[in-house]
Amino acid sequence: MVYSHYLLSSHQGTPLTQALREEGAVIATATATEPAVELIGITKRFPGVVANRDIRLRVAKGRIHAIVGENGAGKSTLMKILYGMQRPDEGEIRVDGSAVGFHTPADAIAAGIGMVHQHFMLADNLTVLENVVLGSEPRRGGVALDFGEARRKIKEISDAYGLGIRPDVPVEELGVGDRQRVEILKVLYRGARILILDEPTAVLVPHEVEELFDNLRGLVHEGLTILFISHKLDEVLRVADEITVIRRGTTVATVDPKDVTARKLAELMVGSELPSPETRESTVTDVVALSVRDLSVRASDGRAIVDGVSFDIRKGEVLGIAGVEGNGQAELVEAIMGIRPCEVGTLTLGGADIAHWSTLRRRTGGIGYIPEDRHRHGLLLESSLWENRILGHQNQKPNSKGIWIDRAGARSDTRRIVEQYDVRTPGIDVVASALSGGNQQKLIVGREMSGDPVLLIASHPTRGVDVGAQAAIWDHLRTARAAGLAVLLISADLDELIGLSDSLKVLLRGAIVADVDPANVTPEQLGSAMTGAGEGV
Amino acid sequence: MTERDHGTGAGMGTFLDRMLGRVRLGGWLAVAAPVIAIAFAALITSVVLLVAGKAPLEAFNALAQYGTRPPTMVLILNTAVGYYISALAVAIGFRMNLFNIGVDGQYRLAAVVAASFGGAALLPGVLNIIAVVVVAMAVGALWAAIAGLLKVTRGVSEVISTIMLNAIATGLGSWLISDHFGVLTGNDIATRPIPDDAHVPGMPLIAGTAQLVNGFLVLAVVLGVAYYVLLNRTRFGFELRATGQSEPAAVASGVGVKKMVVVTMIMSGAVAGLIGMPELLGQSFKYSNNFPAGLGFTGIAIALLGRNNPVGMAIGALLWSFLDNSSNTLQLLDISKEIVAIMQGVIILSVIIAYELVHRYRNVAEQRRVSRQLAAPPGPPGPAGPSAPPAPEGARA
Amino acid sequence: MTATGLSVGQPVKAPPSRRLRLSTPMLLLGIFGLIVLLAVARVITGANDITSGGTASAALGLAVPIGLAGLGGLWSERAGVVNIGLEGMMILGTWFGAWGALQFDNPWAGVVAGAVGGALGGAIHALATVTFGVDHIISGVAINIVGLGITQYLSKLVFDGMPGGGAKQSPPVTEMATLSVPGIGEPLRSLEGRHWFLLSDFAGLLRGITQDVSSFTVLAILLVPLSFWLLWRTPFGLRLRACGERPVAAESLGVNVYLYKWVAVLVSGLLAGLGGAFLSIVAAGIYRDGQTGGRGYIGLAAMIFGNWRPGGLAGGAILFGYTDALQLRQGGASVHALLLVVALLLAAVAVFQLVRQGRGRAALLTGLGAIVVFAVFAVTDTVPEQFTSFTPHLTTLLVLSLASQRLRMPAADGIPYRRGQAT
Repeated sequence: MVYSHYLLSSHQGTPLTQALREEGAVIATATATEPAVELIGITKRFPGVVANRDIRLRVAKGRIHAIVGENGAGKSTLMKILYGMQRPDEGEIRVDGSAVGFHTPADAIAAGIGMVHQHFMLADNLTVLENVVLGSEPRRGGVALDFGEARRKIKEISDAYGLGIRPDVPVEELGVGDRQRVEILKVLYRGARILILDEPTAVLVPHEVEELFDNLRGLVHEGLTILFISHKLDEVLRVADEITVIRRGTTVATVDPKDVTARKLAELMVGSELPSPETRESTVTDVVALSVRDLSVRASDGRAIVDGVSFDIRKGEVLGIAGVEGNGQAELVEAIMGIRPCEVGTLTLGGADIAHWSTLRRRTGGIGYIPEDRHRHGLLLESSLWENRILGHQNQKPNSKGIWIDRAGARSDTRRIVEQYDVRTPGIDVVASALSGGNQQKLIVGREMSGDPVLLIASHPTRGVDVGAQAAIWDHLRTARAAGLAVLLISADLDELIGLSDSLKVLLRGAIVADVDPANVTPEQLGSAMTGAGEGV
Repeated sequence: MTERDHGTGAGMGTFLDRMLGRVRLGGWLAVAAPVIAIAFAALITSVVLLVAGKAPLEAFNALAQYGTRPPTMVLILNTAVGYYISALAVAIGFRMNLFNIGVDGQYRLAAVVAASFGGAALLPGVLNIIAVVVVAMAVGALWAAIAGLLKVTRGVSEVISTIMLNAIATGLGSWLISDHFGVLTGNDIATRPIPDDAHVPGMPLIAGTAQLVNGFLVLAVVLGVAYYVLLNRTRFGFELRATGQSEPAAVASGVGVKKMVVVTMIMSGAVAGLIGMPELLGQSFKYSNNFPAGLGFTGIAIALLGRNNPVGMAIGALLWSFLDNSSNTLQLLDISKEIVAIMQGVIILSVIIAYELVHRYRNVAEQRRVSRQLAAPPGPPGPAGPSAPPAPEGARA
Repeated sequence: MTATGLSVGQPVKAPPSRRLRLSTPMLLLGIFGLIVLLAVARVITGANDITSGGTASAALGLAVPIGLAGLGGLWSERAGVVNIGLEGMMILGTWFGAWGALQFDNPWAGVVAGAVGGALGGAIHALATVTFGVDHIISGVAINIVGLGITQYLSKLVFDGMPGGGAKQSPPVTEMATLSVPGIGEPLRSLEGRHWFLLSDFAGLLRGITQDVSSFTVLAILLVPLSFWLLWRTPFGLRLRACGERPVAAESLGVNVYLYKWVAVLVSGLLAGLGGAFLSIVAAGIYRDGQTGGRGYIGLAAMIFGNWRPGGLAGGAILFGYTDALQLRQGGASVHALLLVVALLLAAVAVFQLVRQGRGRAALLTGLGAIVVFAVFAVTDTVPEQFTSFTPHLTTLLVLSLASQRLRMPAADGIPYRRGQAT
């Protein structure tokens, strides 16, 4: 059985050789070539941006089809379109060969499409049963909810696919893996034949990832089709039958995982320009800027989210923290910033004990902070750029004099940042929400580098920004490091971590499990260290 | 290329385009919302009047005629002073996303205690005036502080706690009057009158009438200026507004939100304590059952109408007071004066909806405008479009 | 306890295991225990009115409007819309109720009109909060202002000039029929009159709730289990509650969140309107300006007290109605006797905490509370009537500040929702 690989890129891009593929014995030949879903020329515009442009995609029935792309490449928008949450401006969606037009998720559900969202769509206060049947409840006598029937059906599906779900437990009592299985069951309960999984492994620990992949293989075995969205290349290569790469809102290529390496996929994802974050000549000094000893953060139930973390960052050093998201990175950062209460042995900044300092005092003392979620923590979206310049630096020059705000000082310094950091804006009186993500981030970087910080905490500094802004932000980090700034870098982008860091530590379940030398580690090695498989790389 | 705000931007953009037409962005948009709301309220009121068989134009004309007579103007100013102070008290909380629904209870309790204090005449003349004002501010602040403390220590929403505290203040107030501070004269029970030397004199501001404008007008103006300066020119004000816009961003920026909540509640309560002062020290000189009630809620309405802006609220207070005071003349036309209550209600409801729509429209329009300006070649920072490679000369730190 | 505004001070997450679930026998046992305490207090203080038939009957009558307003709050907040506007909707209910009863010369027409009037307020709230995304608190406050204005205008327009009516009140409306359980009224009355320990107390309470009960009251009581059944046992209710817990989840499963929120807020207004109609048609027999006296807020308090559940809010409404009723029946002395009940109750809770839960510190604090209340009881003779007027409000404040960890409001309550925001 010959299966032809097709190239979707309409512009330049390396033409990939046709791949031949032996069909697996399990899947019937008839269904293999028949597309379950076809997207033809999907385009979606939002004010100021084109999220999807001429997307072309063909998903074969009974396969796991992965869609990979960088954060912000337009994967999520595409999935929302496919699930009826947003409508495309142009293009056609075909399910099982016939064109469909989805107005709401209900239409997509009716067409047999189900979605497992990245952020679980579960109501904590409701039981598993209530969450599962919501929207398509079995009825008794036309009005009442038939709990018995619902329980029976859930049990049946759970047993058939080995999901192991108890229907009457409140969702709040479930762990992450269980919640994901509830999400999958929700979709199966609605009779979906095509499952979309949006970044399903982002919140899972390694053994849970394995369990999920086993579940997925079981589902495909039963003839279901799975669309698997991810930016984790090793996982995609492990589980997918086919991979489509999406870059800057458009599909670039569809490849067979057997024919490509992670490196090759990464190149397809970022395109030919592939900005390199590499910094090689060391600027590390002997002066310790930040010293952390035995820092722990506990959840309300007493469980340690960050567990006895210790490290030093010297001036001119970038210390990278690698780890699967949700392993305590965010809490570690918040503890160092004084936002979250923690237990700590010693916490010194430039020799001063800052453990009991307030957040503002820590900032004044020389910590710059690029938060993970710039919309929630980094900006006042409805305030002007110059007011955002003041944010976090409200007690420092040139923003204030004593108890007064220095408008003129803040405004002229904002102009300086706009110019030096190339923030593309018509002026400094524009509200922050009007800027693109990259420009917002450049403003934040400029702000946090102002006032000669001793330490910069950069949490996912280039997440969701365009490639140009990414390169610029990397440049700024390098320059500041050369000038003696100590940087704590947290990122999910392994290339960024390896390229920028002078030393790397791996955080797993809140504890540092490995020290890695970025000079001789590959993303693959680092990735396995993060999952706990390759401790002591 | 970001996925920012797509959800919010997308659906509403087209809807609002239809809804508001091609409204150009500018400062006047903020004024447009209340003007439209007032016009809409006038329209609804007209319909109500027509249904009742009355002539709307005649009614509005009568309102305007009566409202511009000098004695009425004095009355309008005097009532507006209390309204404005009340709106300021509410607005301080609103700017921080803190809903002090309890201004009503705070000012009434403050007035009871302050009136009894002033009536006791422990201090002579001006000192007594100052003491009464300070006592009122302290009582208002303390009463509001309860809600602030419950919020930061026990997580009790200030909305619920201040509503409950309003009722408790009512009970406490009438208990204080009847069992402790009250003096029975005839059938009326009231606090001992404040002696003549502690009365705040009026000002002959309006020509053509012998009636005097309440001296507390000066205080109201001072408070309005202070409110503006505090919020817009001080670090405290910046932190307060930042917290109101985004609590997580404020926390990440080193704002001590717990302390801010308590301090803001105390400030709001202290200003609330002043609401009753124009009446107490300039008008009635004692607290009785006839003491104006419900000013706290009027303040909420005016703060909403004036969008927490000191000038906007001043206009709102005058409008409210105008409607309240000149409504009496409608009786002559055989129209019940409560029609203005309907008009006020419609103004409030339509103004909050109008502001919300304008606000959304603004966000979308500004995003469009920025991306359009950046796409156009002579954009200020450089000729590059959003997705072009960065200008290398600009990328130096 | 709303989710709008600042989240500072709120517990990060309540421990999930501590769900208080009462079984029916436990509940009955609790009620019995409470009556025993009341009987003890009555015998000691001689305040016979704390368990008299008159008090029970008045308590029931006063609990109904509070409970209806509370149910209104429940419907709306379960769908995620905070409803501070209950008071305004209730005010609309009082006027429309009286007007309907007078217009059609039938109290039941008044009930319908009151419900419609309240639903009108609900519609305004839904339009502002659900359709236009206005802050729920702001809209609610505005509705309270509007409701008052409309009724004042309308009453002047309609009732002024009617015989017996005026600008601030309506003529008396036709009385509504009352129901009694036959055959037990007299025996209970005579038993109650003997003032025997416990037996007379039971007789009094039973007489109060079985004799001369308005049929509107019966309807209102039935609305509690009906609301529970609709909200917790039907697909409709599940969807509605999902909108209050996690609207994006509901949306992602094809539920029309706007629709369910609209329905919930309409029903909320309707129930609050019924509460208002009860006040004007049954409780007072006329419409009077300012008749609600903040009962919409007390209903809100009852709902919070009842932890956003129908049974709980009914309990809260009865408690608040009861303290209200005591005020009318030898107010000072009765409420004073109630202090003894509270002291005994706190002592019992302290013993329970110490013996069954092993929480020494909590037991000590509760015990101290008991002693303080008892001391107040011992050194005073009467409680000022003004204090009894804010008992519900004070209780709510105490419950919120002491037990906010145990309370569980809908997770998305008060958060403006807009379609298509799912990530």
